[in-house]
Amino acid sequence: MRGLEIAGAWLLGILWVAPLLYAVWTAFHPAAYATHFSLFAPLTLHNFVQAWNAAPFARYFLNTTLLVSLVLVAQFVLCTPAAFAFARLEFPGRDTLFAIVLLQLMVMPDVLLVGNYHILSQLGLVDTILGIALPYLGSAFGIFLLRQTFRTVPQELDDAARLEGCTLLARLWRVYVPLARPTYIAYGLVSVSYHWNNFLWPLVITNSVSTRPLTVGLAVFSSVEQGIDWSIITAATLMTSAPLLLAFLLFQRQFVQSFMRAGIR
Amino acid sequence: MIRRRSLLAATAAAAASLAAPAIVRAQTVKELSFYYPIAVGGPIPKIIDGYCEEFQAQSGIKVTPVYAGDYTSTMVKAVTALKGGTGPQFAVLLAAEMHSLQAQDILVSLDEIGLDANAKQWLAGFYPAFMANSHADGKTWSVPFQRSTAVQYYNKQSFEEAGLDPEKYPTTWAGLAAAAEKLTKHDATGRVTRWGLKLASDLGNAQWTFGALANQAGVVLMNEAGTETYFKDPKSVEALAYWHDLAFKNKVSPEGISNWGQLSPDFFTGNAAIIQHTTGNLTNVRTNAKFPFGVAGLPGLNGPRTVVGGGNIYFFKSASEAERTAALKFARFLSEPERAADWSIKVGYIATSEAAYNTPTLRKYIAEFPEANVARTFLPVAVGELSTYENQRIYKALTDQIQACLNGAKSPEAALAETQAEAQRILRPYRRG
Amino acid sequence: MQRETWIRRETWQGWLLVLPALVLLVAFTHWPALMTLVDSFFTTSRAGHPAAFVGWDNYADLADDPVFWKVLANNAIYAVATIPVSVVLALLMALAVNHALPGRGLLRMAYFTPTMLPMIAVANIWLFFFTPDYGLFDVVLSFFGGGRHNWLGDAATSLPAVIAVAVWKEAGFFMIFYLAALQTLPPDLEEAAALEGASRFTFFRRVMLPLLMPTTLFVLVNAVINAFRVVDHIVVMTNGGPDNATTLLLFYIYQTGFRFWDSAAAATQTVVLLGLLIVLAAVQFGIFGRRVHYR
Repeated sequence: MRGLEIAGAWLLGILWVAPLLYAVWTAFHPAAYATHFSLFAPLTLHNFVQAWNAAPFARYFLNTTLLVSLVLVAQFVLCTPAAFAFARLEFPGRDTLFAIVLLQLMVMPDVLLVGNYHILSQLGLVDTILGIALPYLGSAFGIFLLRQTFRTVPQELDDAARLEGCTLLARLWRVYVPLARPTYIAYGLVSVSYHWNNFLWPLVITNSVSTRPLTVGLAVFSSVEQGIDWSIITAATLMTSAPLLLAFLLFQRQFVQSFMRAGIR
Repeated sequence: MIRRRSLLAATAAAAASLAAPAIVRAQTVKELSFYYPIAVGGPIPKIIDGYCEEFQAQSGIKVTPVYAGDYTSTMVKAVTALKGGTGPQFAVLLAAEMHSLQAQDILVSLDEIGLDANAKQWLAGFYPAFMANSHADGKTWSVPFQRSTAVQYYNKQSFEEAGLDPEKYPTTWAGLAAAAEKLTKHDATGRVTRWGLKLASDLGNAQWTFGALANQAGVVLMNEAGTETYFKDPKSVEALAYWHDLAFKNKVSPEGISNWGQLSPDFFTGNAAIIQHTTGNLTNVRTNAKFPFGVAGLPGLNGPRTVVGGGNIYFFKSASEAERTAALKFARFLSEPERAADWSIKVGYIATSEAAYNTPTLRKYIAEFPEANVARTFLPVAVGELSTYENQRIYKALTDQIQACLNGAKSPEAALAETQAEAQRILRPYRRG
Repeated sequence: MQRETWIRRETWQGWLLVLPALVLLVAFTHWPALMTLVDSFFTTSRAGHPAAFVGWDNYADLADDPVFWKVLANNAIYAVATIPVSVVLALLMALAVNHALPGRGLLRMAYFTPTMLPMIAVANIWLFFFTPDYGLFDVVLSFFGGGRHNWLGDAATSLPAVIAVAVWKEAGFFMIFYLAALQTLPPDLEEAAALEGASRFTFFRRVMLPLLMPTTLFVLVNAVINAFRVVDHIVVMTNGGPDNATTLLLFYIYQTGFRFWDSAAAATQTVVLLGLLIVLAAVQFGIFGRRVHYR
């Protein structure tokens, strides 16, 4: 019984990585081998070189990095005080405001493409990195997550800090934020991977090479008029996913643990 | 209005350094940007960059080309950007989009930019077939650039294998179907290992394939004003029936839809013996086909007929007068015979003027590689691409129905009757004038 | 007296702390949602024709549009297929790698890796696999004596094909949440159950599943949202075709809004999507909410 379970788990595992392994195989071999598998096919980096040279991927990497950092920092800075207020302060209107915030868990900016495009064009922020980021900065998910964590912080610690004469912000900074570190890591991971991978909104709001993130760049690169070259497209595909993938592989254990400790469940 | 918006954009950018606007409009024209479709993996972005650098050296104006994906993506990007108050000063878009672009009220005509006698003479130098999609309301709205006709690439090796004469390409529908039957190969289990013929039927391309077929049957799909379509015409139905039968009766084409981008790899791997594609793919095919191949004009019900395609350069209203003039100058620069010849050689598109074919470079190339001349010789039997108001919508309506038909879900009659009804509905506001 | 000013201070402090995030949130979620609702009662403004109030006309047009109903049906099938399959797979994966087994770290990685890839990249890779005749699937199938198939070009298989891609991409993500929840369950619980003679399945059904309920709710909410929010693979793999067989609601909105520039129709479609999301949220919290307590 147990052996069967292990076999099943592994079968599923193989099924799950097989596509990726095949993609890696394709990317590292000459185009002629993309469609017929041969153990003795020569290895090559040619596809990566060609993909890198065919489109401004360096610029796309820079854009994505800027975008992801901007979103992450702004989300932390904006969501932390809001979460704290919802978790520990009593003020009239609090529950109503919290309900308004929670609504965004279900109705995300992603589905409001047309409305948000209109707003951003009125703000003159079409085709800017700030424009890609703006709709996501006030994040209900972040506020909710941090609020849940802040509520588990022992009240005594807060009281002690208050007796020492700490101001509200100092208490937040010295007591709450350090204790919520796993939550920040977990939320950061979700946020970074979300915005690294986000596509439809950046596709709509960006026009030029200087703002296009990797995902849009990759899509533009792969939408062809002349014909697909699978090896090169696969190489480009792996290239754009590589940094995130590597980061995850390196810090896998920490990520999973911070998820557990953050109590996202 | 648009100027004020870009000013606002600039202010916002100053406030947040991350918000650098992509296109900053200068008072004097030092920089232009344009969107263009085409190609990947190949050298095309490099060629375009090269032309821009050459132009800058000549005129001092920096032109930034923005590769925006295939024709549909480029069109979507350009119009969306212009409506949003940003965007390029000009763009290479499908020649057939003229009516749609005009209806969006974003174009400026060449007449408005300013055409002197010299410029008029320049325009007269283009092949008339390529100017067909440029005239409306007595004005000229675009300049031909990457123009093509549909051609068929065929694998000569497969022809020989199948006992066909590789130098004699069929010129009639019946001939093509018969040849494709011989070319279709099966393995022991009956599984097809090589298709006789593949045509593109995905969104953005199906209407081109169908435009050629309709012309082959003897009907043009729309009126010149772009307000009427003739999908229900018996000849249109005959055209779709032929396409349908290639898959369901002759069984020389796969059922379901085939993607434009997939046709070239299909051809290169020997999965398809004949593909119908653009002449703009010629250099790519020449580089990647590891077997002797031929280029042939399309056949027809009774004789060869084809469709023109490809992109023209459009100029946008939102640009300043100086920018418009500079953009037109760039368009002229691109169409100079030597450059048009170079572009044709490097990519495969048909050079846009007779003068280009009189250059020694192109003459020499054609002498060495006669396939490069095939598409041009079919210009006299070519018709314009399907071009109406609300072009994207009409393309979508037609493509949906073609796909339903090629999936065996609808008969050609039913599919085209529905297309026509939908097209009537979409075009109704434009018929009232 | 002092207590009163203290409350007042907490009031303005609270509002001040909440305000920056709230303003942004409202400006790019609630405000556009409201504007969308308003726009859905007007015509699209075109050159020379400003937007005019038309009441429910846009909704009537939408109801008359057969493609819209097809799209709704597609999205329903897509959701009904992806959500349970990916959630159940996620739970199975989490149960598998929760206990010690050979190569657990590798296995975890195998399950989770697709999640880290952009959907657009995933779609590119799978597009290649689905290539008829010589793509991975047809090659593998022919190895087992199967025939060729035009996976994405056949209206019958294209929707299942994009569903498969979504499940592959998402299951690993949900697994992490289950895994995190499983690891916080007290280990002596299982021992106690075993002592009382409960079978593993009974233990799973009667003890574990209820304890995992909050996670299930969380995962379910995310799965439902994703079923309506993620259409990147549609853009790359099928463009909604053949004959709208894979057009999902958000892709339809994107197409109407940014390919046809019909903002009134797009707004009307968006309102339907918003309505759907809100109803689904209400249903989920109605069914599960009572069994879950968020403190």
